[in-house]
Amino acid sequence: MRSKRHWGGASLGLKLAAAAGLVFLHLPVWVIVLYAFTTEDRTYAFPPPGLTLHWFEAAFARDDIWEAMRLSLMVASIATLAALILGTLAAFALARSNFRAKESITLLFVLPIALPGIITGLALLAGIRSVGLTPGFWTIVAGHATFCLVIVHNNVIARLRRIPPSWVEASMDLGADGWQTFRYVLLPQIATALLAGGMLAFALSFDEIIVTLFTAGHERTLPIWFYNELFRPRERPITNVVAVIVILVTLGPILLAYYLTRPDEHSSGN
Amino acid sequence: MVARSVSRFLHGRQGFYLALLLAPPLLWLGTVYLASLFALLAQSFYAIDEFTARVVPELTLKTYRQLVGHPANVDIVLRTVLMAVAVTLASAVIAFPVANYMARHAGPRMKALFYVGVMLPMWTSYLVKVYAWRLLLAKEGIISWALTGLGLQGPLDRLLAVPVVGGPSLASSYIGMFIVFVYMWLPFMILPLAAALERVPQSLLQASADLGARPGQTFRTVVLPLALPGLAAGSIFTFSLTLGDYIIPSVVGAPGYFIGMMVYQQQGTAGNMPLAAAFSIVPIVLIAIYLALARRMGAFDAL
Amino acid sequence: MTDQRKRDASPAIELREASRAFGPVVALDRISLTISPGEFFALLGPSGSGKTTCLRLIAGFDHPDSGQVLLDGVDVTDIPPFERNVNTVFQDYALFPHMNVADNVAYGLRVRGVAAAERRKRALEMLDLVQLESFADRRSTQLSGGQKQRVALARALINQPKVLLLDEPLGALDLKLREEMQTELKSLQQRLGITFVFVTHDQGEALSMANRVAVFNAGRIEQLDTPRALYTRPKTAFVAGFVGSANVVESDLAERLTGRRQAFAIRPELIRIVTNGAPPADHVVTEGVLENILYHGASSRCHVRTGDGAVLAVAQAESGDAAALPAPGTRVRISWPRASAVPLE
Repeated sequence: MRSKRHWGGASLGLKLAAAAGLVFLHLPVWVIVLYAFTTEDRTYAFPPPGLTLHWFEAAFARDDIWEAMRLSLMVASIATLAALILGTLAAFALARSNFRAKESITLLFVLPIALPGIITGLALLAGIRSVGLTPGFWTIVAGHATFCLVIVHNNVIARLRRIPPSWVEASMDLGADGWQTFRYVLLPQIATALLAGGMLAFALSFDEIIVTLFTAGHERTLPIWFYNELFRPRERPITNVVAVIVILVTLGPILLAYYLTRPDEHSSGN
Repeated sequence: MVARSVSRFLHGRQGFYLALLLAPPLLWLGTVYLASLFALLAQSFYAIDEFTARVVPELTLKTYRQLVGHPANVDIVLRTVLMAVAVTLASAVIAFPVANYMARHAGPRMKALFYVGVMLPMWTSYLVKVYAWRLLLAKEGIISWALTGLGLQGPLDRLLAVPVVGGPSLASSYIGMFIVFVYMWLPFMILPLAAALERVPQSLLQASADLGARPGQTFRTVVLPLALPGLAAGSIFTFSLTLGDYIIPSVVGAPGYFIGMMVYQQQGTAGNMPLAAAFSIVPIVLIAIYLALARRMGAFDAL
Repeated sequence: MTDQRKRDASPAIELREASRAFGPVVALDRISLTISPGEFFALLGPSGSGKTTCLRLIAGFDHPDSGQVLLDGVDVTDIPPFERNVNTVFQDYALFPHMNVADNVAYGLRVRGVAAAERRKRALEMLDLVQLESFADRRSTQLSGGQKQRVALARALINQPKVLLLDEPLGALDLKLREEMQTELKSLQQRLGITFVFVTHDQGEALSMANRVAVFNAGRIEQLDTPRALYTRPKTAFVAGFVGSANVVESDLAERLTGRRQAFAIRPELIRIVTNGAPPADHVVTEGVLENILYHGASSRCHVRTGDGAVLAVAQAESGDAAALPAPGTRVRISWPRASAVPLE
C-alpha cells in the first residue's frame, strides 16, 4: 500500500530533526548579537538583565578599534581592486578557450581556495622571508589579493560561460570590433557578476584571519584585534559589539552578492 | 580607431590574445603563490641547526625524520586525523535529516528558507562563530548555565570526567572542540548532500514503491546510495578544514597539540620554519589521499 | 571602371578549395563553390555535414585551414567579420536581452557611430519592413520565436549588407509559422535584391525557397544544382535519398532489371502497381509482396519486397477510391518507365 510518507510528506521526527539542525546552526551567533546589547558586563545570565546601546558607544570611542577597522577596510579595498582586474582578465582568458596547459592553469586558480588556509599562510610567509621582506601592510594585501582574485574569477567565468557565443559573433557580425563588443554586449552582462565577485572578495578580505596571522607582522586588522581579544575576558560586551560590526560588514555584501548572482530575466535565460 | 586596429590585429591571433590576458594574473599567481608554495616545500627539506637556531639551507631529510621519528609528533598527527574523522562522521549524521528534509520533503517556501538558513551561518564571520562558542562553552557560559537550570549538572560533570576527551570545562576539552568543529563545517556538509538528494529522481522512488518496497527499504537501497557522492563531497570539506585548522584548537580545547597549532607555533615562537613546513606538508598529503578516495566515491560529480 | 566591371562580373561569394578540420574531424574537405549576386542559395545537408562550417567561413567566424574565401571578387579570408559586408541571422537569434527591440535592431548603426535620432529612425524603418514596428520598445526577451526571428532579420539588414546569411532560420518554428516565413523570406529577398544564403537540414525547405542548392555530405558537396535538377536527376545515392526520398536500387536487382550492375534511383511516385492488363512496353517490370501500406492522406505509401530482398517504396495518389490498393500480403507487379530511372555514380 502506498503511504503518504513516500513522497511529499515528511514524518514528524524528520521535521523535528531538521528544525533542530537549523536552530543549532543559528543559535550561537544570535546569542552573541544579543549580548552586544546587555547591560551586564561580566556574567552571562540569561535572559540578560537589560538592554543598552552603551557598549556601542564605548566601542566607537576606542581608538584601537577604529585603527584596526581602518586597516581592514584599506586592505580589503585594495585587495578587491586588484582581484577585480586580475580575476576578470583570467576569466575572459579561460571561459571558452582550449589549449594544452588549460587544465593545469585551472588547477592553479583553484589552489588558493582549495588548500587549507594554514598552508597558504605559511607558504606566503616562507616566500616573504625567502626574498628578504618583512611582513607588513603590503604582504597582507598581497595575500588577500591572491584568493580574492580566485573568487572574482569564479564569479565572472560562471557568468561568461552562460553567455552564448553567438552573441559575441552577432556583435562582430554587425560591425563591432572587440572593444565595442566588450563595452556594449559583454560588460552589461557581467556587471552583476563583477559586483557580486567584488563584494564577496571584500567580505572575505575583511573577515580573513587564518592567512593574515602569518602575513601581518605587527599590523592589526580587525580580525586580528578580535583574535587577541578572544583570550582576554575583560570588556566582553565591547568584543560582542565588534562581532556585530564584523557580521554586518561581511554578511551584508555576501547576501547582496547572492541575490545578484541568481539568474534573472535580463541574463541569458531566454 | 586604435581599438579597431588592435582588434583587427588580434583577430586570428587567438594565442597571442590569450597570452596577453593571462599574463598579469598568471604572473601574480606564479610569483606570489606558486613560488611561495615551492619555498615552503623547500623549507621542509632544510633543517634547523640546534646550536645557532638558524635555518641551514642544505637539503636534508633530517626535519622529516624528526617529524615521523618523534612519538610526540606522530601523536599530534594522529590526534588531528582522529578529530577530523570524528567530525566528519558526526557532521554526516546531523546533516542528513536537515538535507533530507530540505531536498525531498520541504515545500518551495520552506526549502528556500532552509537554504538561506543554512547559508547564513556559513557566511557569518569565522572568528565571530569561534568566539560565540568559546563564550557558550565556558565554565560560566550559557550552556553550563542552561544545563544547571535543567538539572543536568550531574551528567555534564560525568561527561567532562571522561578521560582524554573530557576536561575542566567544555571550553577546554576535546568534546568542546569537537562540538565547535561540527558546528563550523556543518553547512559545508549539508549543502552538497542536499544537492545530491535533490537529484534523486522522484520516478525512482515511485518505481521502488511500485515494486513493493517499504519506505525504509527504499531509503536504504535507493536514496542512500545515490546520496553517497554528496556525502563524499561534504566530507572533503569537513575533513580538510578540520585537518588544517589552528585557531579552534587554540581557542577551545584541551592542551594537546594539533597539526595546525604545531605549525603556527613552530614558525612563530620556536622559530623552526623547517619543522613547521614539514608539519604543514602532512595535511596536504592526507588531503590528496582523501581526495583520491572521495573521487572514487563520486564526490567530484556532486560538487 | 574596370574594377567595377570586374566586380559586377564576379560572384557575390566564392569559396576556393576551402578546408577546415577540428582535430581529427574533417568538417570541410576542399570545398569550392560560387554564388551569384541576387541568388537565394541553400546549403543543405544532415547535421555534421559541414554546411554550418561553410556558412561560418563566409561570415568570418571561422578561418579555413587552407583555401580562400572571396566576397565580390576580393579575398577576405583573413578579414574579421566586423569588416565584411555580410550579415547573419543566427539559429538562436542572438538578440541582446539587455537592449530593447529598437536598440537591438539599431546596433549595427550604433557601432558605426550613427547618431541616436537617426538610428531610431532607421530601426523603425527596418522593423516596418518585417511588420514589427509597434514592438520597438519591447524587451527582446518578451517576444515569441517568430517575432524574435523577425527582429534578428531586421537587425541583420540595417547595415544594407550585400549578402545575408541565415543559419537554420526556421528550425525552431512550428509548421504553420515555418511555411509563412518561407514565403516572407522569399518575397523579402526578391524585394531587396541581395544574395541570401541559408543553411538547412530540411530538404523541403531548400527545394521550395532556393534558386540553387548545394547538398553537403561529410564535408564535401555531393551536388550543386537547381531544386528541380536535384530532385529529378540526383547524381549520387546520397542525394537521391536525402532530397525527397528515393528508392536506390543496387547490385543484384539492378543487374536483373537493367542488365548492368550500376545503381539507379527511382522516385516512389513514378512506380505504379500493375492492377489490370500489361504495363507499357517501355516500362521496367518486377514483382514482390506488398508488405504494408501507410496512409498519408493525399497519397499512400506502400512497401513492396522483391524476391532479392530489396524493399521498394511506392507512392500512390489517393484518388478517393480506397479499393484501388491490394491488401497487404498480396503478390503484386510493379512497373515504371525505363527512362525515369536515374543512373547514379
